[in-house]
Amino acid sequence: MTSWDYLRLEIGDAIPTLELNKISRSSLALYSDASGDYNPIHTDIEFAKKSGLPDVIAHGMLVMSYLGRALTNAFPHTSLTNFSSQFVSMTQINDRLFCSGKITKKEKDSNNDTILTISLRVLNKSGEKRITGKATILIKS
Amino acid sequence: MKKIILDRDFIGKQYPTITFDVELQTVLLFAKATGQDDPIYFDNEAAKESGFPAIPAPPTFLIVVAMKQDNPYLYLTDLNVPIGRILHAKEEYNYFNPIYVGDQLHMDSKIDNIFDKKNGALQFISFLSIYTNQNNTKVAESISTLVVR
Repeated sequence: MTSWDYLRLEIGDAIPTLELNKISRSSLALYSDASGDYNPIHTDIEFAKKSGLPDVIAHGMLVMSYLGRALTNAFPHTSLTNFSSQFVSMTQINDRLFCSGKITKKEKDSNNDTILTISLRVLNKSGEKRITGKATILIKS
Repeated sequence: MKKIILDRDFIGKQYPTITFDVELQTVLLFAKATGQDDPIYFDNEAAKESGFPAIPAPPTFLIVVAMKQDNPYLYLTDLNVPIGRILHAKEEYNYFNPIYVGDQLHMDSKIDNIFDKKNGALQFISFLSIYTNQNNTKVAESISTLVVR
């Protein structure tokens, strides 16, 4: 990231895309423990089938956490002021996810601080949209 | 599956304040499970070198505050919605101040809205939580929207 300079970002520029390993059952089990979200729809295939799904699905919040990594890789932790995700479709076992973002607005506020609006998305390898999101970054002058 | 009708009288219902200590092990496990590779999220020295007083909680860590409770889905029980019938539709965070290992957080939540789309075919519940720390500083808020299948 030596050549990365978030201060020079302009509208239309992209942040570095984060590529992830395949979603595995063990990554979902680990996230259940770490988050405390033990909804069995993420870990118990029988329960998932009874709920009308072909298999377990990933936690939306795990996928949003990956997207958050793409943001904190690109910007200082404390610059993030707003972060939202819409879970457009269910993330499946073996999905390979790509988290990306593009600057859609660059403004100055009354303190002369810079506010960046970033449009975000998470796609799988086939290009299916899993998340569309938005973030606001505040860069102090 | 039988259609679930959500009782809109629950809009505005508040839930008791939850107190949550941001413990090192909890943050480390969360950082590991979400694949954090920036050392500020797991190494106290790296956090200090980057100017933080302690390890900061990653942006989506607040989900843990809601989930590590006896019944994290109390509001779904109130609304008579089985857990297998919900999907997460949207999550939004507003961040006002950083959260660090060692902080004590208080979460105040309410059912913010119950609404539908497509002539009632899709029903949504949004749940608002406000988080303050041990200095009574508001650190963040979250709005979770669930869709009932």
